[in-house]
Amino acid sequence: MATFSVLVEVKLRPGIADPQGSTIERSLPHLGFDGIAGVKVGKAIRFTCEAADEAACRAEVDDMAHRFLTNPVIEDYDLTVHEVGA
Amino acid sequence: MTRIGVVLFPGSNCEQDAVEAVTGLGGDADLLWHGEESLGDADAVIVPGGFAHGDYLRPGAIARFSPIMGAVARFAADGGPVVGICNGFQVLTEAGLLPGALQKNAGLKFLCTTVGLRVETTTTVLTSEARAGQILQIPINHFEGSYTCSPETLRQLHEEDRVVLRYVDNPNGSIDDIAGVCNEGRNVVGLMPHPERACHPLLGSTDGQPLLRSLLAATSPRTLSR
Repeated sequence: MATFSVLVEVKLRPGIADPQGSTIERSLPHLGFDGIAGVKVGKAIRFTCEAADEAACRAEVDDMAHRFLTNPVIEDYDLTVHEVGA
Repeated sequence: MTRIGVVLFPGSNCEQDAVEAVTGLGGDADLLWHGEESLGDADAVIVPGGFAHGDYLRPGAIARFSPIMGAVARFAADGGPVVGICNGFQVLTEAGLLPGALQKNAGLKFLCTTVGLRVETTTTVLTSEARAGQILQIPINHFEGSYTCSPETLRQLHEEDRVVLRYVDNPNGSIDDIAGVCNEGRNVVGLMPHPERACHPLLGSTDGQPLLRSLLAATSPRTLSR
């Protein structure tokens, strides 16, 4: 078994309104930050996972992401996995 | 007497309002702890408002795995009347008993006000005693009440006449002004507004009564055709 560090970045699916992102984007010019576009707000979920190998770890995390960590009706996710030293 | 089971999660806060409203209309109501695996002898179920399991992760995301939700799903599949109010609506969408999802309000404000609702169909367990086109004044009290769904789901809701209630003046950015929807069997209804808070003149409106009366009436013959 190996230990993997996992980052699940939860983001809204394309086409789903992101009122937090648009509010931040509208505020930035007032603070003097110009030229910013495409602000999106999501969630970052981090944990470690014991698994036989990286593929097994990814399969486990995909399962939990679909069933629990995200709502597939409105959310999508990116997965970053790397093995951590013993 | 008709028995309404009102589900109680840790973090629910509208369960007593639901019990009061139901008993005020001549029904009987029991609280059902979320850790139970049976609905007892309930004839209908209300999943009430609040912040089940703290709304952690997403509203309803953890509540849908509470032991009682298996019983609620089986009851619903058998045609039993189930109504989710506010957080209860969120729980039912997370559980897959209703389509779509509830998102943060368009204005990013927690909304606590009374809104006009139009009854769009009377062939559901929540609207059989109302009139189509009737405007009801019912309170809303939510931060994540903006209904959203895929274009395919929206088309299906239209084709099957499953938009139950619409806002007269959309307060939260819900797609197509949707305030409430039902399942294919029309026996599961979810809505963001709180009919149980509009059941007594002292509360400023009694417009919630026809809705909850419908639920009490729906508990006997479970036949709803369009």
